[in-house]
Amino acid sequence: MTAIDRPSVRMPELAITPAKVAPVAAGVEPEPDRARELVFEIRDLEVRYDGMAAVTDVSLDIAAAEITAIIGPSGCGKTTLLRCLNRMNDLVPSAVISGKVMFHGQDLYAPKVDPAEVRRRIGMVFQKPNPFPKTIFDNVAYGPKINRYRGDMGELVERALTRAALWDEVKHKLKKSALALSGGQQQRLCIARALAVEPDVVLMDEPCSALDPIATARIEDLMVELKRDYTIVIVTHNMQQAARVSDMTAFLTTDVSEDGRREGRLVEYDRTETIFTHPADPRTEGYITGRFG
Amino acid sequence: MTAVDVTGPSVALGGPRHRGVRRAKDVAATCFMVLSVLVVLVPLGLVVGYVISRGIGILDWAFLTDDIPITDRTIGPGMGPAVVGTVTITGAATLMAVPLGVLGGVYLNEYGGRSRPARVVRFLADVMTGVPSIVMGLFIFTIWVLAFGFSGFAGALALGCLMLPVVIRTAEEMLRLVPAELREASYALGSRKARTIFRVVLPAAAPGITSGALLAVARAAGETAPLLFTILLVSKPNFDLFHGPNTALSVQIFKNATSALPGPQQRAWGAAFTLIAIAFLFTLAARLVANRFAGRHAA
Repeated sequence: MTAIDRPSVRMPELAITPAKVAPVAAGVEPEPDRARELVFEIRDLEVRYDGMAAVTDVSLDIAAAEITAIIGPSGCGKTTLLRCLNRMNDLVPSAVISGKVMFHGQDLYAPKVDPAEVRRRIGMVFQKPNPFPKTIFDNVAYGPKINRYRGDMGELVERALTRAALWDEVKHKLKKSALALSGGQQQRLCIARALAVEPDVVLMDEPCSALDPIATARIEDLMVELKRDYTIVIVTHNMQQAARVSDMTAFLTTDVSEDGRREGRLVEYDRTETIFTHPADPRTEGYITGRFG
Repeated sequence: MTAVDVTGPSVALGGPRHRGVRRAKDVAATCFMVLSVLVVLVPLGLVVGYVISRGIGILDWAFLTDDIPITDRTIGPGMGPAVVGTVTITGAATLMAVPLGVLGGVYLNEYGGRSRPARVVRFLADVMTGVPSIVMGLFIFTIWVLAFGFSGFAGALALGCLMLPVVIRTAEEMLRLVPAELREASYALGSRKARTIFRVVLPAAAPGITSGALLAVARAAGETAPLLFTILLVSKPNFDLFHGPNTALSVQIFKNATSALPGPQQRAWGAAFTLIAIAFLFTLAARLVANRFAGRHAA
C-alpha cells in the first residue's frame, strides 16, 4: 500500500457541535472526549538543527475542521513545529526530526511517503506574502499545473480566488502581475494559490504579521469561513488573533535546561477558551496576561 | 517643558555654524559624484561618437553585404563576409556557452552548494575566467584546428570557452538572489525540485542572467585574438560554420586598421560601427526575450 492513499483523504463534512463553540463556563472542565476526527497526531516530536534541539517533546492532536493556533514567544519553535506537519523542514539540510507525526493515521515520515505529495495535501501560507513574479492567474494555476490538473483551469482559478475572497477585486486583471497587488491582496492570493491544489489542511505561519489591521481582519474572516472545509493550523504572535479565530490553542515556550541549552517545549494545549480564561500552567497565564513567563 | 521642544539645547548642535559645514560637505559630495559620472560617461560618449562619426560615412547596405575587396588600394565597401562571420560565430558560441553556463550555475547554486565537487567547479570557473583570450585561441588551435582545420566553428569554440565561466558565475549569482520564499512557496504546493527550478527560480532570475549573458556575448563579439588562430581570413562570405576559413568584424578591424591606406582604414571604421550596432541589437533582442520569459507584466 502506498503511504498515502489519495481517495481516503477527503473527509466527510463534520458537523460543528454546539458544545465546541459555546464559551466554557468558569470552572467547568472541557469534556475530555468529544467526537473529533483527528487529522494530526503528533507524538514526542523533536527537531534538531545542527544537533541543537529547537523544539522537543511535543505531543498533541489536531482535529479536523477546526482552527488550531500555536502561540508562544519568539524562538520557541512554533514555526519549526508547523513546518514538520508538511515536511517543509526536509528542505533544511541540518534539520533532524524524531518522533512521530501521524496524518490520518499514516506516518508522514515513513520511508515510502513522498514529501511532494504530503505538501500538496497539506498546504502552507507563509509569514510574508510570497506570490511568484507571474500574473495573478499563473500564480493560482501553478499548483494545479504541476499536479497535472486536466480540467478547466479558468474555472478552477476562479473558484480558488472566490474562496479566498479575492475574485471580485482581481477578476478584471488576472493577466496583471501579482506583485502589483497590495500586501493583503497578495496574502489572499497566496491562500487562493494554496487552495487551488485542493489540500485537506492549510498551515499558516503568522499569515497576518506583515498586514495592517483591516487586511488582518479580512484574513481572519476568511479563516473562519475556510474551516468548514479545511483544517487550519495557524502560528501567531498575536494572542488576540488566536483568541478570536481558533478553537484549540497550543502554548509553547522556551525552556532553558540546566546546561544552558534553549529548547522549545509544549506547555499547554487545550480549547482556546480554556487557555485564555483558565490556563492550567502559570507560564501560560504569565504569557497571555503579558507577564512574560 | 515637553520633549517636543525643538529649541531645546540638544538641537543647538545643528546650529548655523554646523549647518554651513554640512552644506559644504553636501556640495562637495555632490560635485564629486557628478564628476565621477562625467569621468565614466565622457570616454563612453567620445568612443561611441567618434566611431559613429568616422564609420557612418561608409556604412550603407552595400557595405554590409558586399565582399571584402582583395586589394588594399580599393576604396569603398564592403564587409559582408565579416558581418556573416561575426553573427554566425558569436551566435554559435552563445548557443553553446549560455545553456551550458546556465545549467552550470543551476548546479552550483541549487544542487552543489558548498559540497566539494561544487567548490572545485567554482574554482575552475574562476581560473578559466582568468585565462587570456589569446591563450584560449591557441588552445583551440592545438586541440581542434590542427585536427579539423580552420573554421567558424573553431572560432565559436574559442569564444564559447571564454564565455562559459562568465555565464556560470553570473547565473549562480543571479540564482542566489532569488528569495528562498519563492522556492518554499513552490515546494509547499507539491512541486518537486527540478520543476521548482525551471518554473519558478529560473524565470525569476531570467532578467539578471540575461544581463550577464549579454555582457559575455558582447565581449565575445569583440574578441580578436582567439579568432586569429581559429578562423583565418576570407574575403568572400562563408555561411558554412563547419567548413573552411571564415572572418569576423573584430578580425577585419584589426587587419584593416593597421593598414596605411585610406580604403582599409575607412572600412575598419565602418566595421567598428557595425560591431557596436550588432552588440546593441543583441542587447535589445535579449532584453525583450528575457522580459517575456519572466512574465510580461512582472516587475
